Amino acid sequence: MKNRKRFLPRALAISGLASAGPAWSDLALNMTPGVTAMSREIYDLHMLTLWICVVIGVGVYGVMVYSILKFRKSKGAVPAKFTHSYTVEVIWTVIPALILVLMAIPAARTLIRMQDTRGSELTIKVTGFQWRWQYDYIDDGVRFFSTLKRDSNAARKLGSGIDPNTVEHYLLDVDNALVVPVNTKVRLLVTASDVLHAWWMPAFGVKQDAIPGYINEAWFNAETEGVYRGQCAELCGMDHGFMPIVVRVTSRDEYNTWLSSQRTQTSSLAQAQ
Amino acid sequence: MSSTAVDTHGHGHAHDQHDAHHGPRGIMRWITTTNHKEIGTLYMCFSLVMLFIGGGMAMLIRLELFQPGLQFFNPSFFNSMTTVHALIMVFGMIMPAFAGFANWFIPLQIGAPDMALPRLNNWSFWLLPFAGIMLLMTLFMPGGGPAGGWTLYPPLVLQTGDAFPFAMFAIHLLGVSSILAAINIIVTIMNMRAPGMTLLKMPMFTWTWLITAYLLLLAMPVLAGGVTMLITDRFFGTSFFSAAGGGDPVLFQHIFWFFGHPEVYIIILPAFGIVSEIIPTFARKPLFGYAAMVYATASIAFLSLVVWAHHMFTVGMPLGGQLFFMLSTMLIAIPTGVKVFNWTATLWKGSLSFETPMLYALAFLFLFTLGGFSGLMLAMVPADIQYHDTYFVVAHFHYVLVPGALFGVFAGTYYWLPKMTGHMYDETLGKTHFWLTTIFVNVTFFPQHFLGLAGMPRRIPDYATQFTDFNMISSIGAFGLGLSQLLFVYVIVKCARGGPKASAQVWEGAHGLEWTVPSPAPHHTFDEPPVVK
Repeated sequence: MKNRKRFLPRALAISGLASAGPAWSDLALNMTPGVTAMSREIYDLHMLTLWICVVIGVGVYGVMVYSILKFRKSKGAVPAKFTHSYTVEVIWTVIPALILVLMAIPAARTLIRMQDTRGSELTIKVTGFQWRWQYDYIDDGVRFFSTLKRDSNAARKLGSGIDPNTVEHYLLDVDNALVVPVNTKVRLLVTASDVLHAWWMPAFGVKQDAIPGYINEAWFNAETEGVYRGQCAELCGMDHGFMPIVVRVTSRDEYNTWLSSQRTQTSSLAQAQ
Repeated sequence: MSSTAVDTHGHGHAHDQHDAHHGPRGIMRWITTTNHKEIGTLYMCFSLVMLFIGGGMAMLIRLELFQPGLQFFNPSFFNSMTTVHALIMVFGMIMPAFAGFANWFIPLQIGAPDMALPRLNNWSFWLLPFAGIMLLMTLFMPGGGPAGGWTLYPPLVLQTGDAFPFAMFAIHLLGVSSILAAINIIVTIMNMRAPGMTLLKMPMFTWTWLITAYLLLLAMPVLAGGVTMLITDRFFGTSFFSAAGGGDPVLFQHIFWFFGHPEVYIIILPAFGIVSEIIPTFARKPLFGYAAMVYATASIAFLSLVVWAHHMFTVGMPLGGQLFFMLSTMLIAIPTGVKVFNWTATLWKGSLSFETPMLYALAFLFLFTLGGFSGLMLAMVPADIQYHDTYFVVAHFHYVLVPGALFGVFAGTYYWLPKMTGHMYDETLGKTHFWLTTIFVNVTFFPQHFLGLAGMPRRIPDYATQFTDFNMISSIGAFGLGLSQLLFVYVIVKCARGGPKASAQVWEGAHGLEWTVPSPAPHHTFDEPPVVK
């Protein structure tokens, strides 16, 4: 198989840190800030929590390591006799409580903004199917399915012999992307037709479960044009790993052109039927 | 395997302890036994077998994830591996292991001659092998094993093939077994403590198990209810969870996690107890803040009942619900912090030595705390929107379950093995097992944090190529972790067969009633209750 060939150099690159370079270039270590105000807020909250944990960790692990190095029987340490201390115990109950309050305030603020779907300019209904997405621009009469692109679909078959590294955007590309205008508050109505799915776009900070019988709301306002990729995030059966999400954020004009071309297609389809 | 008390007759014990075993021999002895030590041994042997079956599945999962593309399994089989791996590890490995320790050591720690309900005890164990076999059988049925995840979410779980009723019935049996064991433990602790052993003099391991047993009683019947509703939805035309019939798929998630979150603490509290026994022993200093530890454990247990929906932050809950579950979840950090600080304060100004049980307890302290940190991050709802259902979550719960619960089991095994077998285990091999396991645990699970933050969803058999490197590292770690456990079996077998004689106290710093009986602990102990002052 072809992909065996890239295997060894890669494995070697991993085992020898010295040979870092191209092999490490795509190693993402952290969340990305994304392209919406909400995703950046989430990122900041994530970093804040992370740093608080790091600071507490340095303190707690520091004391543990110090104790392990210092109070060794082999070094002749004699055990102390104390069994408790109300003062310290109260301190280390109250201080964490205060830190938690400090963390809860920004989290609650962001959460309240996240839930505010008012004032949207475009509403798109997103329906999860086993195993593709359907997008319905309910005010514009445009509706289409979005399915894993063919080259990925061929390569991902068991024993296909196709090296995934040769497929562009392997598993993260679709035939028909969702297209939205830039700097527009887009409201999503998320539901499912068969089992649970979840519509996740990391760059927008949106993850919303798609549940049969429910219409869940989510929203985003993308500030940078480009193509963004995500995946279904709720186990939905055999091909759960193969129903990606692609959103193309375009200028207002480009969006209008795209929309009218879609309208023509949809109406000619309707006539043909 | 490790209980050889019967063959090595002790000599000249006091009247309250004797070795004599009466009754059937051979296999019938094990099937009909009502002795708490023998049942404890059965639980542990079962757990060890399940560790290798569940671990084997984990290695198959990591094998498929070693590189992008599907090389070995079709996605359905992969999904049934993740599902059954989780069910086996939770219900077949960790819970029986702690039930084994409970059987062996709760009576010894409280000075009771046996469990309060010995025949029930026998039945709670013997349900397990049948449930386990039934669960494993489902993998060979038409349509494959259950593949909807261990969370059994409908409607997906209702698409399971012929395996569905068998898997559900297996879960029912596992639940019945746990409920019966919990009843037995509560009755034993409440009624059979030696004179003078008040509740607040009980060893921490017994305390954590008492609280765990109450959690089991509260949580397991709820799971049984949910599973029964799944069965009636599938076979008897009800629509509890079907939107088309007026039901609600999210209702199941609430039911499941009302069981599932306490379950998390059912799995970890006994490990807290074991670590609370081991750290004072090897620090040669009493546990710091014993009373605070008891209250912290009880608070954690109480809070665990009101945080369940933090597993469901993306289902579309109202704002008030999200805020409540975020805040209640964050509160758990306080009693958990108290426990970590108290263990650290027990180390402070102690006189530490580093035998294998202590090494595992210290690794537990470091790595469980790390899992606690990622848990705190996951509690922040907006951030959880990004973390949810990614490898970040997988990394988080494996950190609390493997270097948390499983290291608790390893620590307890090395700590009490001399009491169970009468021999010291091979310290060099034990330490080798510790270092191999600890290194590979981190190689396996630490990179999964990065994968999750970079956007890799969980429960996928194949992934985009940018996730390749960390997946390779994780897989290499998993193979190492799995193979290292063969050493664990070797150490146990070697110790059961022979080795330097263990004294009654075994460890220089050990305190408690279980260290006053000879090693190996005779078949019957405390026929006459000891008096605790």
